[in-house]
Amino acid sequence: MYSALFSLLKRDLMLAFRHRSELMNPLIFFLIVVSLFPMGLNPQSQVLPMMGAAVIWVAALLAAMLSLDNMFRSDFDDGTLEQIVLSPWPLPAMVLMKVLAHWLVSGIPLVLLSPLLGVMFNLPAESIGALVLTLLIGTPVLSLIGAIGVALTVGLRRGGVLLSLLVLPLYIPILIFGAGSVWDASLGASINGPLLFMGAILVLTLTLAPFAIASAVRISLE
Amino acid sequence: MWVWFHKLGSPPYFYRFSGVILPYLAVACLLSMSIGVFWGLFKAPPDYQQSETVRIIYVHVPAAMFSMSIYVVMAIAGAVTLIWRIKLAELIAAASAPIGASYTFIALATGSLWGRTTWGNTYWEWSDPRLMSELVLFFLYLGYIALYYASEDRRGAARAAAVLALVGLVNIPVIHYSVEWWTSLHQGSTSRGAQFAATIHPSMRYPLYIMMLGFALFYAVTLLKNTRSMLLASERNNAWVKEVVNQHESA
Repeated sequence: MYSALFSLLKRDLMLAFRHRSELMNPLIFFLIVVSLFPMGLNPQSQVLPMMGAAVIWVAALLAAMLSLDNMFRSDFDDGTLEQIVLSPWPLPAMVLMKVLAHWLVSGIPLVLLSPLLGVMFNLPAESIGALVLTLLIGTPVLSLIGAIGVALTVGLRRGGVLLSLLVLPLYIPILIFGAGSVWDASLGASINGPLLFMGAILVLTLTLAPFAIASAVRISLE
Repeated sequence: MWVWFHKLGSPPYFYRFSGVILPYLAVACLLSMSIGVFWGLFKAPPDYQQSETVRIIYVHVPAAMFSMSIYVVMAIAGAVTLIWRIKLAELIAAASAPIGASYTFIALATGSLWGRTTWGNTYWEWSDPRLMSELVLFFLYLGYIALYYASEDRRGAARAAAVLALVGLVNIPVIHYSVEWWTSLHQGSTSRGAQFAATIHPSMRYPLYIMMLGFALFYAVTLLKNTRSMLLASERNNAWVKEVVNQHESA
């Protein structure tokens, strides 16, 4: 079973790297959206470091939304998804591998890019540390919850806007704790509380979301 | 013992049964709503601190209460849809969603009006967990409706929407306990058991009970009416629907 899971992960990663532009586009989108805000505001404005955390987090949500559609779309179109469902391996574990592949190619780059954006927003050093840490815990949650929405809408022809209607409300808790702890860190407060909450959300989604994704995939294929 | 309950899963039986009880429910709803509105808005005494503003609770509390209960009904019907694939459960879940969304909107709107006068100079407080989680509930209802109507295949859409309803169920305990887990402007729950009797004077408590009953009955009536028309539409190729339509036309 592990070899099947591993080869699925390897295949997804390889496919992602063969389509570099698709890989880069959400990241570039993230970069551009984040830099739009300082341009729209008065550059001397004191609010920039105050809103930095929220802007970077919201842009991360939107970038994750953009990359989500690739997760099942091409596999659904060419029948690979059907073969995965028919394979003897447990579907929740298989879809978890697809989510892992998605996180590795879309979540990790966001985390790595975030300190740079934090500096652009004049965030204090403690906040940048908190930003990286919260994104590191938060982006897998984005991939997991997003995968449920993608699996539900993959059978529909016009899934795009609908996907954001389904997924963005479910992203609200992680956004609140993520952006909130960056703000707390800039005040010099301890961020253990929100971090523990985010960890709890991660554990909850990691254990339950694969089952929801698997049943949603089955429904979409019917 | 459960035979009558299982029979309700059959579309023609449900249609006839709901047609029989619907008028009684509608009359009971009208009665309790009008008594509740009159009692709550005209007869009940103004609060010694909130004065007349307190009357908003006669709408706000029942709407907020049932906005959550309706979501739970929807999720249970969704689970039944996924496990037993009962068509009626699909329709009940789908028929509940717009009603639940309206109740949630009423709860949010009346709450913000009440908050404006009672909490001070704000209609909306972004940092409040109770308000945030109720707003998420509203979004979840809208997402459910959008997903259900996105596909032509009603039965497939019902199953997809059921998964979404079950995922969103996490939010319900968060709304309920938000006032206990976090610091919130919203006051804690007063409406439970013996505590309720002690915290709210009978002159305000009884009209509130009646309004709760009225909101529950209004949900039941609109749910049955929605479900019945959706049932006719989805079963339009069956003989019993033709019978119903013929009867209706000859009458």
